[in-house]
Amino acid sequence: MKKDIILSGVGGQGILSIATVIGKAALKDGLYMKQAEVHGMSQRGGDVQSNLRISDRPIASDLIPSGRCDLIISLEPMEGLRYLPYLSSEGWLVTNENPFVNIPNYPAEADIKAELEKLPHKIVLDVDKVAKEAGSARVANIVLLGATVPFLGIDYEKIQTSIREIFERKGEAVVEMNLRALAAGKEIAEKLM
Amino acid sequence: MSKQLLLGDEAIAQAALDAGLSGVYAYPGTPSTEITEYIQTAPAPEKEKIHSRWATNEKTAMEAALGMSFVGKRALVCMKHVGMNVAADCFINSAVTGVKGGLIVVAADDPSMHSSQNEQDSRFYGDFALIPMYEPSNQQEAYDMAYNGFAFSEKIGEPVLLRMVTRLAHSRSGVERKAQQPQNGISFSDDPRQFILLPGNARKRYKVLLERQAEFIEASENSPYNKYIDGPNKKMGIIACGIGYNYLMENYPEGCEYPVLKIGQYPLPKKQLLRLAEECEEILVLEDGQPFVEKQLKGYLGIGIKVKGRLDGTLTPDGELNPDKVARCVGKENPSEFGVPAIVEMRPPALCEGCGHRDMYTVLTQVLKEEYPDHKVFSDIGCYTLGANAPFNAIHSCVDMGASITMAKGASDGGLHPAVAVIGDSTFTHSGMTGLLDCVNENANVTIVISDNETTAMTGGQDSAGTGRLEAICAGIGVAPEHIRVVVPLKKNYEEMKQVIREEIDYHGVSVIIPRRECIQTLARKKRNK
Repeated sequence: MKKDIILSGVGGQGILSIATVIGKAALKDGLYMKQAEVHGMSQRGGDVQSNLRISDRPIASDLIPSGRCDLIISLEPMEGLRYLPYLSSEGWLVTNENPFVNIPNYPAEADIKAELEKLPHKIVLDVDKVAKEAGSARVANIVLLGATVPFLGIDYEKIQTSIREIFERKGEAVVEMNLRALAAGKEIAEKLM
Repeated sequence: MSKQLLLGDEAIAQAALDAGLSGVYAYPGTPSTEITEYIQTAPAPEKEKIHSRWATNEKTAMEAALGMSFVGKRALVCMKHVGMNVAADCFINSAVTGVKGGLIVVAADDPSMHSSQNEQDSRFYGDFALIPMYEPSNQQEAYDMAYNGFAFSEKIGEPVLLRMVTRLAHSRSGVERKAQQPQNGISFSDDPRQFILLPGNARKRYKVLLERQAEFIEASENSPYNKYIDGPNKKMGIIACGIGYNYLMENYPEGCEYPVLKIGQYPLPKKQLLRLAEECEEILVLEDGQPFVEKQLKGYLGIGIKVKGRLDGTLTPDGELNPDKVARCVGKENPSEFGVPAIVEMRPPALCEGCGHRDMYTVLTQVLKEEYPDHKVFSDIGCYTLGANAPFNAIHSCVDMGASITMAKGASDGGLHPAVAVIGDSTFTHSGMTGLLDCVNENANVTIVISDNETTAMTGGQDSAGTGRLEAICAGIGVAPEHIRVVVPLKKNYEEMKQVIREEIDYHGVSVIIPRRECIQTLARKKRNK
């Protein structure tokens, strides 16, 4: 069993928190794991990515080779497209559809939609809208995580437990909101597949 | 024992704590910052007796660590690769004095310069100093090397360099910890003159260091981190250093057909290296950074055993390794199914919306463009370096910590007016103060802007050494108080700020303008943690 995942987004969106939840859940399954990220300048509204590798055998490289990535999880559509060379032919792209426009030459939204349409396996959803319905715009990243559940190869219950553990010190209301967000994302992905 | 999920940096920090560390000394620098932060926030039982506050710069950090070693206790020094340049005076001489308490120096390199001015390879520093070095290939090795490294340092009586790279420092994996050791008590060297480097004694100490070299090579030959893994195909032998080994094995999940010498400890192990050279037709060197090993093997003339790597086009001379580049070296390919669509644009980092540096640059560039079309601004290392990009395009240099002030002075000495420097508060105390003293002593015609956001921002908002005392420091150095001008960088103050800048440029002496407003990131974090 192996899952090679690239997480991408813009600095400040909460992309790395998704990696933490998945990582915790994977460890519970006794799996090997490596998660590489780039810090420093990325915080300042630049593109952020993380390589997350899960396997039942020891993992060699912290970085995912080209063409081997099983899943790209992206909080921003253009950032998802940026890592396509890593995606395998059977791999899935699960992405937020809302662009984060902080550069003057950001491409036209229609062009981005067209590129996403070309892909054989993708889930595109408005995580910000779903997050607000679940209770807060801040859980957009957890909605996205929910949408990846069908592809993660990790028990849903373990992900729920992981979320509970990470957010429990913020109180039951926050935990419940995150779990709602997770469920909402999962439901949408299942409908779209 | 269950595994803990730790970054490479965190593994080193946890190992040091488990090995009875008495103090960590460091200045923030990507990708090393997390080591000190982990120790600062760790709930170790003796935490209150472990020194962990940030130092003013890497030189003071290195020296304080040597002082702790002098009294027999274990110390850790952490810095990014260019920090080694600042620590070098003490670092090189600490090998001549030798140590008492175990001393590990962590140099965190940044191949591909993800957040740095260059990709210099710190292994040259260890070689320069003639001391052993460790280079881990994974998080567990990083832990083991740091944990055992203090005892090794005490055994050989020398500091040890532990070389990290970004891709390991900032990657998480499961690590098993070892048993907690107590801190050392106070004790001194048997030789009361060991640390005195007057030439007469330094020559003796240097001979000691030279005599130890054979011992270091033997330690490498017996090291668990250097592994000779035989393979049937002797057409090529592969030397894989540090994480280079991971990328190689990623391409050979069932084992490599060529003999492989995994390197994790230097100096290079002679016995194993000779065997590889004798049994194989040519050698491929996979190392992250610069061709440190490749150069040694190849020699300047490149006659003798054929060595492939960064010097002969097998790999690009610059840039970090990755599994795809390594695949091509061994005749494999990791093909992509999809390409990057042409519409995807670069998204470089930028100053945060609401940052005080933005206001400072807006005003500064307006004044300079209006009145001095050929103006030049010398800048420095920090968030404000992003002022080089649009929409500001404000600066014309950024070279090394503190260079803004001294380059402005040099340009002014050469006749440039106005000579403007933009420096941050943390960079100023790191290495701007000595340059300011030069300016004052010569009454240089410079206008220095210390853009004070009361933190070390780019690395994540660590303490800034001079917060609350910048005016006093400048006055103490000798800047005339009437030419130390403090402003608050907000839109409503733009006219006042422009007036101050004009006045201080017109003054042909040393001016310091301090636009001061707390970093919005650290401010937000303080509010969140209330």
